[in-house]
Amino acid sequence: MIEVLRSGPLTTIQDLGRPGFAHLGVGRSGAADRPSLRLANRLVGNPEGSSALELTFGGLALRATEPMTIAATGARCTVRVDGREQDMFAALSVPAGSTIEFGMPSRGVRTYVAFRGGLECELVLGSAATDVLSHLGPEPVREGDVLKVGAPEGSVPAVDVVPVRQLPDEVVLRVVTGPRADWFTPDALDLLGRSRFEATPASDRIGVRLDGAELQRTCLDELPSEGMVEGAVQVTPDGHPVIFLADHPVTGGYPVIAVVHPDDIALAAQLRPGQSVRFDVRAPIPVTHAVSAEPASTGVPRIPFPATLSPTGQEVG
Amino acid sequence: MRTLLPTGHNALLVECFDLEDVMALHCALTSSRPHGVVDLVPAARTLLVTFDDTTTRAEVARAVTGVEFGAPVVAAAPAEVTIEVTYDGQDLDDIAELTGIPKDDVVRRHLGGDYVVAFTGFAPGFAYIAGGDPALVVPRRATPRTRVPAGSVALAGEFTGIYPHEGPGGWQVIGRTEAPLWDLRRESPALLTPGTRVRFTEGRAS
Repeated sequence: MIEVLRSGPLTTIQDLGRPGFAHLGVGRSGAADRPSLRLANRLVGNPEGSSALELTFGGLALRATEPMTIAATGARCTVRVDGREQDMFAALSVPAGSTIEFGMPSRGVRTYVAFRGGLECELVLGSAATDVLSHLGPEPVREGDVLKVGAPEGSVPAVDVVPVRQLPDEVVLRVVTGPRADWFTPDALDLLGRSRFEATPASDRIGVRLDGAELQRTCLDELPSEGMVEGAVQVTPDGHPVIFLADHPVTGGYPVIAVVHPDDIALAAQLRPGQSVRFDVRAPIPVTHAVSAEPASTGVPRIPFPATLSPTGQEVG
Repeated sequence: MRTLLPTGHNALLVECFDLEDVMALHCALTSSRPHGVVDLVPAARTLLVTFDDTTTRAEVARAVTGVEFGAPVVAAAPAEVTIEVTYDGQDLDDIAELTGIPKDDVVRRHLGGDYVVAFTGFAPGFAYIAGGDPALVVPRRATPRTRVPAGSVALAGEFTGIYPHEGPGGWQVIGRTEAPLWDLRRESPALLTPGTRVRFTEGRAS
């Protein structure tokens, strides 16, 4: 078992989330930086999607009540076992009774700690992930909590330390424009590709909020709420973009100017407040299929569109 | 006319002809789910289709365009849900004033609707229920409340919504219900899912 001596600013249990429930209003959630969670699990011989800890700005201290094998990945921070500094990106054998401490990362935001056997906790819709937006899954980890480690399966792979690329100082995220790029001025699209944005302290697991050039709209209509994807770059009425992360709302009422490449979402999830980010903007390959036909009557009462559901644009019921 | 809007590498946003078309398309794709589709997110005018790397955008586009207009809207079980409402909402007076319809008539008209869940969103289990009396179309409150109790039945736009959990909200509260809208112990935690027909009945104040 693991005793939590100090929780740090925000430590949650995460796995690969609960995809497939968006039609119920439930988002995917799960690790904000999925490749790092997968790697941490692989290092200790777990299935990639086992539940592990996601640390936000480090600060976690644990006591292992039994011998265990752990691995830390993601944002680099100091890892100390009984005061002695250890490697990240490697499996560590931790003796019973030892204290494990994680410092504050110097780059990036989120560090992942996997335990051989995974963490045992109650699943909600098949996942142990904490969704901070819809309050599903376990509560964030608190001082005094006791976490249970599951029974290990398979063997620990024989690697010393895996080489990983260091998180860059200036992040460039590849995006494709759409689905609502046509709601913006040509200038806004140009600015999205040319200017530097800065991540703000209001960023969280829901999204990375950016400051910088204001992206002006040509279409000032109210957008009826529509489905949102992870990586969507949604632009709020003040012209500032938000990059949606794991706990993003299922639907949203602001137009999405572009969507981050799936392989760059982990980089977005490691953006620190104050860090600068640029976008490498590509046009999407056009969808050739467009259907045009007169809909037939089905006997179901025809329902007009709501002119507006949310004057604030945010999806608020 | 349905328009397919590219939405990153793993999604398509389908702009539908109207809400009815959204529901028909959602229903058709749910009952015969194309390979590789992860999530279907219906909304007021659009259906978002997300997919994994085992399929391609062209395959998904083909599946979407293969659904004919006017496909029937058939709900997954249960087909109809009856919700008992105590009509004592704190916004009944405002709704009466906004619509120019006396309070008793507001309730009578709300009970008379032929409702169907159009889509969900905002919070787990929150359903946008369409099909109400067009005379009861009201805007959201100018200032949202910071706390709306769980079970509040409320109106906004063409929709009736029920808050499954306590939280902030801006819809006009018409009453309350004890219907179990969200229960994780059930196989389907949400009571109301897209396509479900809904009937409101008047309950006793408790």
